[in-house]
Amino acid sequence: MLETRYRAARALPLATLPRPAASGASVSVRPAGAESRFSLRARLGGGAPTLAGLPLDAPINTVGTDGEVWIARLGPDEWLVGGPEADADLLQGRIHEALAGLPHALVDVSHRNVGIDVSGRQAAAVFNAGCPLDLSETAFPPGSATRTLLGKAEIVLIRAAAAPLYRVECWRSFSTYVHGFLNEAVFGAEGAVAP
Amino acid sequence: MLLIACPHCGKRPETEFRCGGQAHIARPADPMTVDDGAWSEHLFVRANPKGVHAERWCHVHGCGRWFNALRDTISDRFIETYPMGAKPTQFPQSETRA
Repeated sequence: MLETRYRAARALPLATLPRPAASGASVSVRPAGAESRFSLRARLGGGAPTLAGLPLDAPINTVGTDGEVWIARLGPDEWLVGGPEADADLLQGRIHEALAGLPHALVDVSHRNVGIDVSGRQAAAVFNAGCPLDLSETAFPPGSATRTLLGKAEIVLIRAAAAPLYRVECWRSFSTYVHGFLNEAVFGAEGAVAP
Repeated sequence: MLLIACPHCGKRPETEFRCGGQAHIARPADPMTVDDGAWSEHLFVRANPKGVHAERWCHVHGCGRWFNALRDTISDRFIETYPMGAKPTQFPQSETRA
């Protein structure tokens, strides 16, 4: 049998935009590069498997990261796992290893998802232009991650670290909308006029 | 903004949810033994109360899980939300199990 390992070269949808990054004094929006991501569905039962030293049975709507790999628990039986693009096969193997013996579904969604990083003091205000979630320190502390809505598009909002740095994961076909929405919101938050 | 308390995620904005109609409607165990009248009743006839109503809701843009809610149709206030398979602690008469 002929086995073909084929990884499509990726053309990121936001890479060709005439104005890829909006940055101001207090907030900046920057499309992230290519990464590998997996959608994981499993019923843990009583088990508590760990992946890259991070427990899968962490509370719902939290994210854990070891610096490279991050695991966001979006629901009782759903996780979004991300890591460096080159480690896609490695990460896949580690997930299967961690969940050996447990029925689970693992889907590579690296090309479906597009990441956008929003950082700066006003980042929460920018999201609140289209997302009614409470993003204050008490309601959405570092280590939070959730699926929600931004304007009309579904996003996954991840806040891994204490710094005001948020990662938006949206679907590829929504990415120009989400990116445009965030850019507009930056101009609103900065008090400037869009060019 | 109306906040709905998802049993998994806590209070979240209304736009993340989708309503799935009346809750606690049991499908007849053996549909072949049910006559046409009772079957159409099961499929199509729903309560439309003025007051407390038990409904199914889905946190579709969040954890993606279905749950039940007691909602007052006059004030649009959510009295209680509870997981699938559970019973409400208040208003037991709102349960309309077949």
